[in-house]
This record gives sequence, structure tokens and C-alpha cells, in this order.
Amino acid sequence: MTITTKNNSICLNKVSKWYPSHKAVTDIDLEVPEGCLMALVGHNGAGKTTLMKLILGLIQPTSGSLSILGKNPGDRSVFKYREGIGFLPENISFDANMTGRELITFFSRLKQVNRSRSLELLEMVGLADAMDRRFKTYSKGMKQRLGLAQALLGKPRLLLLDEPTSGLDPAARHHFYDIIRELRQDGATILLCSHVLTELEAQTDAVTIMNSGRVVASGSLDDLRVQAGLPLSMRITVKEGMSEQIASPLRAQQATITKLNGRHLELECDPQSKMKLLRHLSELGSDVEDVELFNSSLDQLYAVFSDRKGA
Amino acid sequence: MNAIWTIALKEFRDALRNRWILAASLLLALLALSLAFVGTAPVGNVDVSMMQVTAVSLASLSVFLVPLIALMLSYDTIVGEIERGSMLLLLTYPVSRWQIIFGKFLGHTMILSVATIVGYGSAGCLIAYNAEFTSLDDALIFISLIVTTILLGSAFISLGYLLSVIVKERATAIGLAVAVWLFFVLLYDMAVLGALVVDQGENMKADFVNLLLLFNPADSFRLLNLTGFDAMAALSGMSSIAGRAILPPEFALFALASWITLPLLISGYIFSRKEI
Repeated sequence: MTITTKNNSICLNKVSKWYPSHKAVTDIDLEVPEGCLMALVGHNGAGKTTLMKLILGLIQPTSGSLSILGKNPGDRSVFKYREGIGFLPENISFDANMTGRELITFFSRLKQVNRSRSLELLEMVGLADAMDRRFKTYSKGMKQRLGLAQALLGKPRLLLLDEPTSGLDPAARHHFYDIIRELRQDGATILLCSHVLTELEAQTDAVTIMNSGRVVASGSLDDLRVQAGLPLSMRITVKEGMSEQIASPLRAQQATITKLNGRHLELECDPQSKMKLLRHLSELGSDVEDVELFNSSLDQLYAVFSDRKGA
Repeated sequence: MNAIWTIALKEFRDALRNRWILAASLLLALLALSLAFVGTAPVGNVDVSMMQVTAVSLASLSVFLVPLIALMLSYDTIVGEIERGSMLLLLTYPVSRWQIIFGKFLGHTMILSVATIVGYGSAGCLIAYNAEFTSLDDALIFISLIVTTILLGSAFISLGYLLSVIVKERATAIGLAVAVWLFFVLLYDMAVLGALVVDQGENMKADFVNLLLLFNPADSFRLLNLTGFDAMAALSGMSSIAGRAILPPEFALFALASWITLPLLISGYIFSRKEI
């Protein structure tokens, strides 16, 4: 079977991987267009890592076909295409007695990247001072940064990052997202697995939610919000004593009041009726002092979809 | 080729770093020297070259020690890296699995070669320095001992790889490595001897026994060293076998080469089809 892959860096077509003991992933359809940052979220054991391994060609699918950067990763004769892929494994592990400099040099040779570029990368991830220390003396965050540096070798067109920010302190995490932003400006495609959902929101173009080996939802955050049908929350601050007066006409417009006191009222409404409500509120003039909108967060979406069984 | 060399160098550097090479070299040198200066004491001042006597004793001891060193070096090279998780990353690089196996083999052979050459070589030099006279023959015997020891070690490195790719856990590999060592170094010979005793020389002729010895890398090594040179044969008490031997040393050499290449190729084949 041939699949069109013109603009997709990753293209999976009904991919399943079944082990004798369990079904790791089932009927996965996934397309990640070039230059897209796709977040892959799911419980532990949802099949994220299996999916990564399939994409990397480390395991063969039981059925279905996949195409990565236009190549079938299961085809061992074309391993050269891997030069375009960077991978950061979940548990980073190198030879304990090698220094950071030696390790990055080793990997850069395998990827045929020149040495000075690899040392630049060490500087970029903030390991310049520690590069002559042995790997075993590194902290979790430093190991993670070394892992990131090797994944960035050779300007990969496709980056697969498994829990990239685990073990990073907030500053390093921030720095990591800066690096990701730069890479995206260069047009790299990124598939990122993470449990930390909130910090992903601002960065992702699309989200794929997995549960027990199946894709339960996939699309942009807005698409997912529509699919999830979660109500929009609104918090309105009004003049003292006006809340009840303002709330009653809102109820008539299918808004559910969830909390009400003298100065504040909170309500939930259908996302589609948002503008209608806002218009209504603005007509009330100075009685309404403030309106805050809360879109359903990735955490909430995740909670909704991860309870659903395979789509 | 470049990738193979890169991997080999990393293995070698790692062994230098964790003092593996140093330890193995010291062990081999100590063994050789103690054999030379303690082991030959009872010989007294007879007309026998100290170099040759040492070479014979060393050959007999190498058969036990070198396979053990080689297996220790190699048994976890694949399964260990898989368990630690570093293999996962390596396999995502533009490197084929055959290159990984060959690269590691090259590296481990280099490690073993350096240890053997430094260990035995330094001992050999010390012996030559202390001896009144060292003939070319003596030197040749010692050099051939070093070369065949490296071959013997390589064969067991290769066998270690085979263990390393077929097992799922490192602990299983350790157990199997001990079993392989025991089998080739001790049990095989005992079985052949036992068969000879039972047979009373009726069906098993000398050439058949010789042939049986080729099916064991350790015995091939013995054949090469203890019968390869006449002087060695006389000293080692193998002359009785050697005298009847129809097999020239080339056969033992060929057997050893096969013991190096076949397990390595099978390991590469299994590894390239293994799911990580």
C-alpha cells in the first residue's frame, strides 16, 4: 500500500502493534504535517512510547503501514534517512564513565556533524561548564540537557521528544521551550510526549490524545474543545448587589450559573453562545466591571478524552 | 566503515577509562611472570629455554583464563546496553545493526589484544632480559603464543556476543557465559576423554579425536600452541598426540577463525532482526 506523504513528516495508516501478552497500540491513524508541533498525551501505558518506537523503526508494526520523512522506517536498508531524525528517549542513559564532551563527539561522528557544532550545542543547552565531567556525575537535569543536545545534532527535520522536560527546573524548562521555538522557525517537525500539559498549550499546533493503545482524539486545541463539548466558563464582576439582577436574564440564554455572591457570578455556557452573552453583558454598561473567560485547558480536555475508549 | 570505527574507538576508550585494560594487562603479566620465575624453578639449570617452558605453561593457563576474560568483556555488550536504555538511542542513529556488532567486536578485540600484548609481551621481554640467550625460535614461539591467545580471546568474545543477543536479561547472560566457559574449557575435554575410555580405542581413531578437538576453540588453541612447534610438543607432553596427528596446524587455525566469524555473523543476523 502506498501512502501519500508529500507534506507529512509522519504518516501512520492503521498501524497496530500487538505483543503476545498485550495489544500495545491498535489502528493508529496519525498525520503530522511538516513544521507542525504535535503533542502526544496519554496515561502511562497508553502506547506513546510504543508509537515512538514504531516511528523510529525500532519495532515493526503487526499491521498497517507508516512513512516517516517519506521512508518506511522498517526498511533497514535505508537507515541513512535517520540523519534527519533527532530522538530524546524518556530515560536517558549513556556510558557512565564518558564525559559530556566525549559523548557528544561520539554521537556527532555517527551523524557526521562536525565537532565544533556539537560543542556549540552543549553550550546552547547550558552544559559548557560541565562538559569535561563524567556522565555519572551529572544531575537528572544535566543528563536531560545532554540528551537534548544529542537530539539536536545535525539540524533534524523531525524531532521525537519523549518527556523532554522531566527533571528540568523551571528556568531550564523555559529555556527548552525557547529552543523548541527556534527549531520551529527553521521548519522542524516535532512530536512531543509529555505529562506536563499546561505548558504545552501555548506551543502546540495539534494534540493527539491516546488511551489504552488507541487514538481517542486528535486535532488542534480548538477542534478538541468543540469535540469535547466542554462548556466555557466565565467569571463576571459586577457592582455590589447587582449580581442577581444580572444573572436572571443570563439564565434565559442557556447559561448555567455555578456560583453567585454579592459582587461575583460564575457561569458556564456553550462556547457557541459566548459572543451573544458578551454582547448582552456589554449592553449593561458600568454595572459590569470585569469579565474573565476561561477556555477549557488541555488538562480538562485530557480528562474528558482519556476516559473515552477508542474513537 | 566510519561508523564501525567510531563505535570501536568508544568501546576502547571506555575500557581504558574504567581501567579494564590496565587490570587485564596486569593480570596477564603477573601470570606470565610468576610462571616464568616461580614455575620454572624446579627445572633448575637444565638445557631448556626458559622462554619455551614459560610459553608452554602459559598456553595451558591461557586456555582457562583468556576465555573467561573475553566472555566477561562481551557477554553484556548488547543485552546490557538494551537494559540500560542506551541501545535504544544508538539505534535511532544512521548506523546499521551490523555496524554496531562489528564496531563493538573490533573494539573488544582491540582491548583484548592490547591487554595480551602488554601483559604477555612485557613478561616475555623480562624473561628474555634475564635469560642468557634467546633464540629466534624462542621469540617466535612467544609471539605465536600472543597471536593465538588473541585469536582464542576473539573466539570467546564472538561467543559472548551470541549469548548477548539471544538472552532477554543480563542475568541470564552471566549464567550462560559461565556455562559456555565451563563447557568449552572443562566439560568438553572430559567428555572426549570419557568417550575414549569407554570406547577403548576400538572405533575412535586418532584422526577422529583430532577432528573432535577442532569443534572446541579452546582445544584448537591447544593444538596450535602445544603441537605447532616440535619443541613445544616435546615439552608439553603432547608429542604422543602430535606424533600421530594428521592434522596440520592450518586446520586448527581454520577452526579458530571459524569460531571467531560464525558466532559473530549469527549474532549480527539475530541482532538485526531483534525488536528492542
